[in-house]
Amino acid sequence: MNIIVPIKQVPDLVEELEIDSSGKDLDREWLKYKVNEFDDHALEEALLLKEAHGGAVIAIALDGDDIDKALYAAAAKGADRVVKVTGNYAGISNRAAAKVLAGVIGGMNPGLVLTGVQSVEDRDGQIAVLLAHYLGLPHVSVVTGVEVSGGNVTVHKEYGGGMVAEFEASMPVVLGVQAARETPRYVPVARVRQAMKSTELEEIAGGDPGVSSGSSISRMFKPETGGGAEMISGSAADVAAKLAEIIKSKM
Amino acid sequence: MANNIFVIAEHLKGKVDDVTYEMLGKAKELAAGGQVVAVLLGSGAKGLAADFAADKVLYVDSPELAEYNPEAYGKTIASLVSAHAPKAVLVAYTSQGVDIAAGICVDCDMPLVAYATGISGNHVTSQLYGGKMNVESAVDGDRFVAAVIPGSFPAAAGKGGGAAVEDAPAPDLSGLKVKFKKLIEPAGGDVDITQSPILVSVGRGIQSEDNLPVVQALADKLGGALSSSRPIVDAKWLPKTRQVGKSGLKVKPKLYIAVGISGAPEHIEGMKDAECIIAINTDPKAPIFSYAHYGVTEDLFDVVPALVDKL
Repeated sequence: MNIIVPIKQVPDLVEELEIDSSGKDLDREWLKYKVNEFDDHALEEALLLKEAHGGAVIAIALDGDDIDKALYAAAAKGADRVVKVTGNYAGISNRAAAKVLAGVIGGMNPGLVLTGVQSVEDRDGQIAVLLAHYLGLPHVSVVTGVEVSGGNVTVHKEYGGGMVAEFEASMPVVLGVQAARETPRYVPVARVRQAMKSTELEEIAGGDPGVSSGSSISRMFKPETGGGAEMISGSAADVAAKLAEIIKSKM
Repeated sequence: MANNIFVIAEHLKGKVDDVTYEMLGKAKELAAGGQVVAVLLGSGAKGLAADFAADKVLYVDSPELAEYNPEAYGKTIASLVSAHAPKAVLVAYTSQGVDIAAGICVDCDMPLVAYATGISGNHVTSQLYGGKMNVESAVDGDRFVAAVIPGSFPAAAGKGGGAAVEDAPAPDLSGLKVKFKKLIEPAGGDVDITQSPILVSVGRGIQSEDNLPVVQALADKLGGALSSSRPIVDAKWLPKTRQVGKSGLKVKPKLYIAVGISGAPEHIEGMKDAECIIAINTDPKAPIFSYAHYGVTEDLFDVVPALVDKL
């Protein structure tokens, strides 16, 4: 069974975000990127399934800044193959990315396609569901647990309020992963470096998406913070004293 | 049907989710000469439309639609959107809606704008980057699908009733590859955080499971309960029953102290209606401060123990 895991890089929100001079995008010059945290969960779930049932985990990503490192990190964690889809995909919409990925993944004989349920940049929709529709495969999103049995998977989909729905789906199927059953594994930088030497990064030329988001950004702006919090500053003891007063007045 | 606005109704266990009413209210504003059409799927669920403030309800009844199923619901909704060609479709950005919205986009070739918190004409505002940026999108042409974040619009404007309910046919739903098995209720036996008037809620800023006693001490001192944001539950440092937010629990305590929580939209959805919110986070730009009444940017490891001493 091939378990395909599309991953992507997103801006690290720990960094301060600034708007560029066009007023329509982030100032990306100094932006730090990291793998979408939900893609990390998808990879972890894929590796857990491989460990339990065998098969091959194939991490795949569209060409872009820093993506080689992200793919090597996936290899270091245990991905059997890492594939970069080459082409000029800078600033690509999710819909177009899904179409390009579908073109490549469709030829990989997928059993399961696991990717993150969402990312912080999903302006035009979530990759997992878009991908499923371009592949013509069934899908379930917001998945927190996957069990494989024969040609079927049993998945848990999270609703609000702690409620979970259980579905059974026949493979191949695309799953948008919210959380893996285990915390995504960590690999030290040394292991990633080692993977860079020992792993073949496969390159497959991607196609022309032929679709776009169907919309364009007219402006980007920071949320208004007016009417927000009254900030309390000072030494820890001062702050604590003021907070204690506020809390007592509310109780 | 050129100016009609479709609203995809959401329900679970015989109860309509408030976001449905929120979207109906917004749709009325957007319809401009067209009709607000609520789309309701289910089995013997027609009565759920009783309070819909809509011009019309399209109701599809089928045993395959008795419980939400991404494949059956996706096919049915796409077939209705294709047949009726509404100008816009509003879908909730919820566990169900995330499956549905992108399907309409591809199957009916309509632009999708996700994480929507505002819609005006063919401009849709999205909350991106964990709530740190808003982005306004101009849709090419007039038609679009918006995946709306719950809580973005008032629900009252979408409540009314008296809409004509029209039965619509289900597409062929034989041979579904996804089957609904069962609903699993949240595990009981733990503290019910929705009932606690005081919550001390902990996020990533706590750094390690070993540091949890720091915040537990504050909860104990206040006679409140310890709750958390999603990463703490994913890391298994606290049980799922303690999670506040979109896929956790919605809480409305008298006092909510957010410690080391940045305030991603998914978390905000679960706690923004608390009476008094105090946020402690070292990042002054953290979105949580837009929702808190009082904010502190000192280190939680200094402030929280000092606060326990003062109480």
